[in-house]
Amino acid sequence: MSKINMDSMDNMHFDLLRELGNIGAGNATTALAQMLNKKLDMKVPKVDLVGFDKLPSIICGEEELVAGIYLMLDEDVEGSMMFLVPEQSAHNLVNQLMGRPEGEVQEQFTDMDLSALQEIGNIITGSYLSALSSLTGLTIGASVPYLAVDMAAAILSVPAIEFGKIGDKALLIKTEFGDDVMIDGYFILIPALDSYDKILGSLGL
Amino acid sequence: MGKMIKVGMADLNVCPYPDSITTLGLGSCVGVALYDPQIKLGGLAHVMLPDSTSIRNNVNKAKFADTGIEELVKRMEAAGGSRRRFVAKIAGGAQMFAFNNATDMVRVGERNVEACKKKLRELGIRILSEDTGLSYGRTVEFYTETGMFRIKAVGKPAKEI
Repeated sequence: MSKINMDSMDNMHFDLLRELGNIGAGNATTALAQMLNKKLDMKVPKVDLVGFDKLPSIICGEEELVAGIYLMLDEDVEGSMMFLVPEQSAHNLVNQLMGRPEGEVQEQFTDMDLSALQEIGNIITGSYLSALSSLTGLTIGASVPYLAVDMAAAILSVPAIEFGKIGDKALLIKTEFGDDVMIDGYFILIPALDSYDKILGSLGL
Repeated sequence: MGKMIKVGMADLNVCPYPDSITTLGLGSCVGVALYDPQIKLGGLAHVMLPDSTSIRNNVNKAKFADTGIEELVKRMEAAGGSRRRFVAKIAGGAQMFAFNNATDMVRVGERNVEACKKKLRELGIRILSEDTGLSYGRTVEFYTETGMFRIKAVGKPAKEI
């Protein structure tokens, strides 16, 4: 029997997951700052357990365009992870990476933009996971990141379905980082239920 | 025109004439619209997973193709509909990410569509039309006046099926 019930998680477990979320997001921001060769400010991430049916409306409107980067986890921690950026933030990120003037408005994502986004996603999720891995001492393998740009609810249906198998709530971590232009990003962590046990177990709980 | 009833993820509702009913941003989930043309009664389920029996946490009936469609049929009968007149239109079940390994999880959209069709067949409900699969999200709106199912996607013209 699993020690954790996603629908009624006690405070200590939740605080721990929240702390892991903070550290992971911090690490990811640092990696991104290095990649952009910029100093990035970061706000304290907001971490919440959210019912999956409410996920899309918390992040933005259900029909708003977002870019989602999704990867599968294996080895010690099984499950999946998503990094999500609303359309405007995704454009800002790509503009910065490409050295375009800030605030330049792009109509659509070009193929080049998409592959830049995928690379950003790769770095952000990779550094997030390596923070998680070094904190817990667990080996976390990740698939290549997959990218999709579509309506928020449609993108989120993929992790929601994974989450729906084990409970009705997801761990949502909202981060904001940037210099002049702030960029919103969301991590959604979806370990299999026994992997939660492993993560918490490795920290002595 | 009536009002527009909104159905969330893993949710369902009936929709009397002259209202219409919608669910936003279907990805790998499937929207199953049922219709009783004689009394112009509609209903819509937003199904997330194919099979309630393979999952322990299955309290929410609307989440699954098997129990969700059954529940929708019951609710529509309670609202005065008659099962032998019901017809169905379905949309969604996309594969949002271009995964390159074909595990079960990856095919969840496809499996959702198959499970909905199977359940509708079991209940003897005919599928009039569908817009399923491919790789993009869909918003659907069902109109009780005509039984029209409108499908909207990003960067594509709206489609009526």
